[in-house]
Amino acid sequence: MSDSGVAWEAVIGLETHVQLGTESKIFSAASTAFGDEPNTHIDPVVCGLPGTLPVLNRKVLEYAVKAAMALNLNIAEHSKFDRKQYFYPDLPKNYQISQFDEPIAEDGWIEVEIAEKGKETYLKKIGIERLHMEEDAGKLVHAGSDRLSGATHSLVDYNRAGVALAEIVSKPDLRTGREASEYASEIRRIMRYLDVSDGNMQEGSLRCDVNISVRRGSEAPFGTKVEIKNMNSFSAIQKACEYEINRQIKAYESGESVIQETRLWDEGKQLTKSMRSKEGSSDYRYFPDPDLGPIEVNSDLREKWRSELPELPATKRHRYANDLGLSIYDARVLTDELPMAEYFEATIKLGADAKSSANWITGDIAAYVNANRLNFDQLLLSPKYLAEMLEMIQSGKISGKIAKEILSDLITKGGSPKRIVEERGLGMISDQKVLTSIVKDLIVQYPNEVDSYKAGKTKLLGFFIGQLMKKTGGKADPKLANQIITKCLLD
Amino acid sequence: MAIAEWLQKLKVGELSARELVDQQLARIKSVDNELNAYVQVTAERARKDADRIDKARLAGESLPPLAGVPLAIKDNLCTKGIRTTCSSKMLENFVPPYESTVTQRLWQAGGILIGKTNLDEFAMGSSTETSAFGATSNPWDLSKVPGGSSGGSAAAVAAGECMASLGSDTGGSIRQPASFCGVVGLKPTYGRVSRYGLVAFASSLDQVGPFANNVADTAELLKVIAGFDPLDSTSLKVPVPDYSATLNDSIKGLRIGIIKECFDQIGLDAEVKDSVLSAANHLQSLGAELVDITCPRFNDGIATYYVIAPSEASANLARYDGVKYGFRSANTQSLSEMTALTRSEGFGSEVQRRILIGTYALSAGYVDAYYKKAQQVRTLIRRDFDNAFNQVDVLLTPTSPTTAFTSGAHENDPLGMYLADLLTIPANLAGLPAISLPCGFDQNGLPIGLQLMANVLDEARLLQVAHQYESTAEVMKARPNTAELVP
Repeated sequence: MSDSGVAWEAVIGLETHVQLGTESKIFSAASTAFGDEPNTHIDPVVCGLPGTLPVLNRKVLEYAVKAAMALNLNIAEHSKFDRKQYFYPDLPKNYQISQFDEPIAEDGWIEVEIAEKGKETYLKKIGIERLHMEEDAGKLVHAGSDRLSGATHSLVDYNRAGVALAEIVSKPDLRTGREASEYASEIRRIMRYLDVSDGNMQEGSLRCDVNISVRRGSEAPFGTKVEIKNMNSFSAIQKACEYEINRQIKAYESGESVIQETRLWDEGKQLTKSMRSKEGSSDYRYFPDPDLGPIEVNSDLREKWRSELPELPATKRHRYANDLGLSIYDARVLTDELPMAEYFEATIKLGADAKSSANWITGDIAAYVNANRLNFDQLLLSPKYLAEMLEMIQSGKISGKIAKEILSDLITKGGSPKRIVEERGLGMISDQKVLTSIVKDLIVQYPNEVDSYKAGKTKLLGFFIGQLMKKTGGKADPKLANQIITKCLLD
Repeated sequence: MAIAEWLQKLKVGELSARELVDQQLARIKSVDNELNAYVQVTAERARKDADRIDKARLAGESLPPLAGVPLAIKDNLCTKGIRTTCSSKMLENFVPPYESTVTQRLWQAGGILIGKTNLDEFAMGSSTETSAFGATSNPWDLSKVPGGSSGGSAAAVAAGECMASLGSDTGGSIRQPASFCGVVGLKPTYGRVSRYGLVAFASSLDQVGPFANNVADTAELLKVIAGFDPLDSTSLKVPVPDYSATLNDSIKGLRIGIIKECFDQIGLDAEVKDSVLSAANHLQSLGAELVDITCPRFNDGIATYYVIAPSEASANLARYDGVKYGFRSANTQSLSEMTALTRSEGFGSEVQRRILIGTYALSAGYVDAYYKKAQQVRTLIRRDFDNAFNQVDVLLTPTSPTTAFTSGAHENDPLGMYLADLLTIPANLAGLPAISLPCGFDQNGLPIGLQLMANVLDEARLLQVAHQYESTAEVMKARPNTAELVP
């Protein structure tokens, strides 16, 4: 909505490039390691030396197909590679091996949970047009100045060239910046669940380009599409979309036009700025790559790979909420990263209560993990001992307060909570004889207070409980203590 | 000297590998100023390799199948540490850091690299005149072209500058120069031989193959270079037969197809036609059956080829931009200028012409009319051959419509030059194996070539028929000794 009262609607689609986490590159044995000295992970194939030929890394195909299956895409029985031609020094052959009209997978969807502070959480099914495999390009480094404009020369690093990418193209089903960022983060989550990519946006393992236009209501024809690049966090995706939606609405409302162009998100200034106009689409002169044969994925292979898929985040969220009775919020937090979900599931499998497991895991334990930049699969506190601790609380062997006290030791040093409680004598005193004997001593020690109590000043019960706790170091079972004191005072 | 004869001499100590190499180097020294078959002679390495073979022989080690055989390699096959130029200014100083699979296999089989041979720049041409390092001459008549693009490899074998050689064939680049130079040249089935390390011209058509003085030597070389290569996705995972073993099998009852369309060509030289038809009759006299065959799409091959090959070439040659290796234009001020000037200064005019044709044929708005249409015609040509091979075992045609033409004859007539490949191109489009072997001489004493084509992977059949012809045809006995060719 805007000042003019027109119900503007944004139409957003995302192109997501996911680097597939194979050890070697898509068409050669060179390493895909990130962050090393320039041009240390190259070979004649990567550099496109004359006479070299690409050979498809089978693991890339497996990862791409598994990713496509998780996105509910249809896997093509036959597909092929094409050459996408353009001249740029970061592209060693001056063509990129990609897939044009017969991608490995088409027509799928994912369900995204759109949660925003102060707004009701809702589910939305986002269509996915296609997923295709392609090779990444290298990187240019401009030298002689801090900025491209003043650079005296450019250097090229081909370490990234030939790293396998899956490009995932959404349908234009997204309507808000929040939806766009939730969609992107769900894609990342799925890729991480599958372990086909680390989805690291800072290192460029996951890159999103946004296509965005606005129109006057949901029935109106699409407006002019603008592409936005250079967002390296989910919040940047959301903010860039929101900025761009406003910019386009303002332009239309002030009688200006929106031109078809590519804009860059400036994280420092929090705005998009024009990079280049896209008058007419580029002619990439695609044609089938004659160096690579057809890609065939037979049904046996498809079934094998399908059977290896893990339970995906959306399914887990539903199961946690519907079958385990957790809140939507807890389900979302627990399933955000697979190691946490696995930790949680291992804990409840040992008999621990789902709700209290969720509380402890998303609360104190997650806080510790986050503060120490750990992963759930690196925790010294194993699900077994967490379950043991929860059982001790449940059965009254320790109080919640004691549990919180020993938790930091359990996390940092490991070991059994039972043993820690035993060693330090932290278990609750529930022995009637022991408590009765202490209470009898107290009655002898405080005759005046006993008399007052008997005369009707029943508030003094609290005084005796306090004294009892003092003597037991807070370990007396509070329920039992209450019963015993009441009984003894009336004797 | 045939390979078998040489191996026998080596074995009994009649001639050492070093002596043979020295003889070859002396021969190159005496004739190559005139011929210009070599871009580079690797004398030092050849002598070292020869010494190693001699040492191994003296130590009583068993000798590999091509022990000490001096071989010339077309300069579009990468040789590790040895300049590989594609006869282009663009790669004048390019030294590959890796070895092509085919040459690797030759060295493993004991072959000795004697030098890298001249070609039409990036294998684009039919006369070896577009080389940036000067044209190669035909040993039979120095005023004539040796054919192309593997003209250097063909001339080197014909002039006795090596025992055998490798070329590459995209539209006839082995068979046509073999025909012009009077030697045997074979283009294997697409995928039979690895392309890894062959600098690509048109990837779906390129295939490496041998040149030799006789069919038996051709078979020996093919046996060594053929076979699956994990580095080439288009190489076929099919066992390699012993091609030498079946050379002497009778061709009695074998059906040989005479493609009608080939003999109806307007530009077909009458002497060539007669000579090739007599060769067919000779094969009939050996017991083969001649069958008239029609391939209605045969003559569409050339148009189809000159869309597909330049299209693929335009992408394959995009990498030569001055960024990573090879020639870079000096004093350019911007990136786009660097790319443009590097390419217009580094490539010769024929290469530029083909890049432009290919770029055009793949451009939006034209790709359907040209590239995709050409692919459809390619399928139809393949079907013609499928149909033909339902009826016959081998197809017979002239290799080239003419004998070697005079240097400069097609200088301002690229289309005339393209037509020289009319009869060889269809085998590339269909991926079929084909061989050219000498079958006679024209009135000027220039060799005429006979082309035989077989079904996919049936090289053994080609070699068998060719060997039967070669060993029985009277006409070939009039052939002069190579040493007499270029005195």
